[in-house]
Amino acid sequence: MKFAVIVFPGSNCDVDMYHAVKDELGEQVDLVWHDVDNLDQYDGILLPGGFSYGDYLRSGAIAHMSNVMAAVKKAAEAGKPVLGVCNGFQILLESGLLPGAMLRNKNLKFICRTVELTVENNETMFTSLYEKGEKISIPVAHGEGNYYCDDETLAKLKENNQIAFTYASDVNGSLSDIAGITNEKGNVLGMMPHPERAVDDLLGSADGLKLFQSIVKHWRDSHVVNA
Amino acid sequence: MSLTLEPNPQQIKEEKLYRTMGLTDEEFGKVEEILGRLPNYAETGLFSVMWSEHCSYKNSKPVLRKFPTEGEHVLQGPGEGAGIVDIGDGQAVVFKIESHNHPSAIEPYQGAATGVGGIIRDVFSMGARPVAILNSLRFGELETSRVKYLFEEVVAGIAGYGNCIGIPTVGGEIQFDPSYDGNPLVNAMCVGLIDHKDIQKGQAKGVGNTVMYVGAKTGRDGIHGATFASEELSESSEEKRPAVQVGDPFMEKLLLEACLELIHNDALIGIQDMGAAGLTSSSAEMASKSGSGMEMNLDLIPQRETGMTPYEMMLSESQERMLIVVKKGREKEIEDLFAKYGLEAASVGVVTDDKMLRLLHKGEVAAEVPVDALAEDAPVYHKPSAEPQYFRDFQAMEPKAPEVADYKETLVKLLQQPTISSKEWVYDQYDYQVRTNTVVAPGSDAAVIRLRGTNKALAMTTDCNSRYIYLDPKTGGKIAVAEAARNIICSGARPLAITDGLNYGSPENPGVFWQLEESADGISEACLALQSPVIGGNVSLYNETNGTAIYPTPIIGMVGLIEDIAHITTQAAKQAGDLVYVIGEAENEFGGSELQKMTNGGEIFGKSPAIDLTVEKARQDALLAAIQNGVVQSAHDISEGGFAVALVEKLFGTGLGADVSLEGEATVALFAETQSRFIVTVKAENKEAFEAAVQDAKQIGEVTAEPVVSIQVNGEEVVQAPVNELEDAWKGAIPCLLNSEA
Repeated sequence: MKFAVIVFPGSNCDVDMYHAVKDELGEQVDLVWHDVDNLDQYDGILLPGGFSYGDYLRSGAIAHMSNVMAAVKKAAEAGKPVLGVCNGFQILLESGLLPGAMLRNKNLKFICRTVELTVENNETMFTSLYEKGEKISIPVAHGEGNYYCDDETLAKLKENNQIAFTYASDVNGSLSDIAGITNEKGNVLGMMPHPERAVDDLLGSADGLKLFQSIVKHWRDSHVVNA
Repeated sequence: MSLTLEPNPQQIKEEKLYRTMGLTDEEFGKVEEILGRLPNYAETGLFSVMWSEHCSYKNSKPVLRKFPTEGEHVLQGPGEGAGIVDIGDGQAVVFKIESHNHPSAIEPYQGAATGVGGIIRDVFSMGARPVAILNSLRFGELETSRVKYLFEEVVAGIAGYGNCIGIPTVGGEIQFDPSYDGNPLVNAMCVGLIDHKDIQKGQAKGVGNTVMYVGAKTGRDGIHGATFASEELSESSEEKRPAVQVGDPFMEKLLLEACLELIHNDALIGIQDMGAAGLTSSSAEMASKSGSGMEMNLDLIPQRETGMTPYEMMLSESQERMLIVVKKGREKEIEDLFAKYGLEAASVGVVTDDKMLRLLHKGEVAAEVPVDALAEDAPVYHKPSAEPQYFRDFQAMEPKAPEVADYKETLVKLLQQPTISSKEWVYDQYDYQVRTNTVVAPGSDAAVIRLRGTNKALAMTTDCNSRYIYLDPKTGGKIAVAEAARNIICSGARPLAITDGLNYGSPENPGVFWQLEESADGISEACLALQSPVIGGNVSLYNETNGTAIYPTPIIGMVGLIEDIAHITTQAAKQAGDLVYVIGEAENEFGGSELQKMTNGGEIFGKSPAIDLTVEKARQDALLAAIQNGVVQSAHDISEGGFAVALVEKLFGTGLGADVSLEGEATVALFAETQSRFIVTVKAENKEAFEAAVQDAKQIGEVTAEPVVSIQVNGEEVVQAPVNELEDAWKGAIPCLLNSEA
């Protein structure tokens, strides 16, 4: 399976994502600069964390207008897995691939710590290797991760099982403790916590690895004959 | 139309206008002598910033010469952007510390942010990839709204810059004392990694080669920042706010990536950060180091504002800029490289062979001065030095242990002292994990970063107990280095080298100059004894508010090498049943201690703790050998607050307790700050091996499953408390003082 890690000016978790896929997952991966307009050769798209365009205007607001985003949308429409982490999630919200918006953290400060998440839905291509209700340790590092949407959207997210992860206890004030959501089709996941930071026990947790393994498993199941 | 309101050379001399730029009458006379004529306004500006203490070290040079700067692994000592130490396998570590005290006192967010930005540029201008940031901060007591504001904004500024640029802020230290009330200290350290073959220098070689300007445009911000940094703070310092620069971490991220791509292009001859004194220092220093000259056309400098004069352009300290020299004819390649990142690369001048810095502006020569005169010929002053009376008084005092009625209550109060209490409120705001190499995060003795693709890791720390240095600068200087080394050793690393951030009051005060000299002697002795040379640093003098100096604060930034990631050790206790050892005996030493300060209305007095560097070195070597042999579970040095604080810090966050028995006078045993001591836990099965390796270690108890700490002295239990009760006090202190949510 071949992944693209999209690099925007100001992305800074791009190499972390790259190493997680290459070294820990053992799959192919390229760092892809934001000005390309074709991602057809890739089986999965990863939008990394960081501060694309310095978070100027609004987190993700400028990046979502990049050349590459049309190709990301095309990949999403084709049903390929698209994962946006932290700033990548914010870009997915700005681009309309996922519903809702981010507010500043409730305490108005940047928060960096490892938090406990609950796997709410293990029937997605991103979470199938987790148990439903499983508690996992994944770091967060953000200033604007306080997820917000209107009541109607929240009701739909719940009804369609689009809430993939919640915080086991309140971290940043997110509505319904939402940490990560998918689109209706289930092939686009946005999450504030960083699974790519939790792929090696040496650094404190490897609980994020199953997320990447789930993506690969889904791809093999659907692409590899006699898998 | 060029309407200049600048005074003419005659006016500058007659009205002594150079004084407002920081030049003395003698210095102006020397400039006149060098040029053989009167300098114009721009030229006067060039000399005034280059001859400021901040750029020339004119007052501190005689002291800096004391430091041992050589060692078998040192590839680059002081003099370039940052020092470099070999770590084997063709790799090297690059690091430096720098102060941004004065800007932070006036505009704390931007002052701190640009301090971080500046030190990062120093590291990547060497060709290195910055991998970690540390800091060392000093504030007054968290009692006034002004100090709280400075503290909150400095932390936010460090976080804002470091998080955005994506370099983890992995460690640091913070102390609070009234001496820093009006003059906080903000020192930032950056650590980078480089392959030997990529090491760059700030040089301007090859007559006819092109001088290019890359990065952000030049504006009117930060003009005379270096001069401002070389003055005392006063009520009127608020007026200097325009001398504080504004940072743009996004711009620096782009510049960082572009420069690290640039160093692999063989068109590059030299690169230097435009830091303090901006274009002036980078151009003059690059030419001076290479024995060449430089001519620049200032009309070609990318400018953010219209109508800037040569004086303004040359003295601006706008951030996120670099000066580079490239082979003639290769400019287009460089422009294209920077264009990929949306950055401008402008050809602004050429390298010459006449050793002059010549600046053209609107068809005229705006300034023409010898580069060596700017970069090398600043006067050097040997300021008078005198041992102050307070030192003699303190040395004459007999040691005296503070009175303690309730040991547990005293321990709780010590844990609530902001200098000792948990700094989680601070590091929670720093992204300490980005780039996924942080093995030991903030909160242990030293931070540890793995070196991806190898089995090695780096340990790093910043340390300085300025109270000891105030009481006894020489001994305190030794202790600062020794404590940094203890933290490095406890994490499983061998110390490599240090960078020092020397923060003092005004060198015009003989007592302050004596503090500087004595502490430099102490630092030097300890560096030699602990085999950790000084590879660079920074001097910040004039840290005074309305005539009162800060405590002398030479911050030691140390980096160590962990040869095998299996050696990585933290301070936290690991499992019940492990044996607890203490290395070193407590003496009746409370001068400058946390307990003395706490029980004496914030005042300290007497002798600082003593230190024997031979004993220190022997214990460090023994403990490191034991760690490398795999017989140590956890290690922590005993520092502020003494044994009891160190013991409970080992238990916080572990769910474990400890049961230990000590001997001697209880106050001394629990709270004295005697040096060269450690608390270590060891698996029972490794008892013999550990005791054979560390002769000075004494078994005092064991780690317990029940999360309760019990300390007996001479068989009598003097402290008994649930660990979580102590931890709550320790964690809650700073949020409580700030009156914000935990």
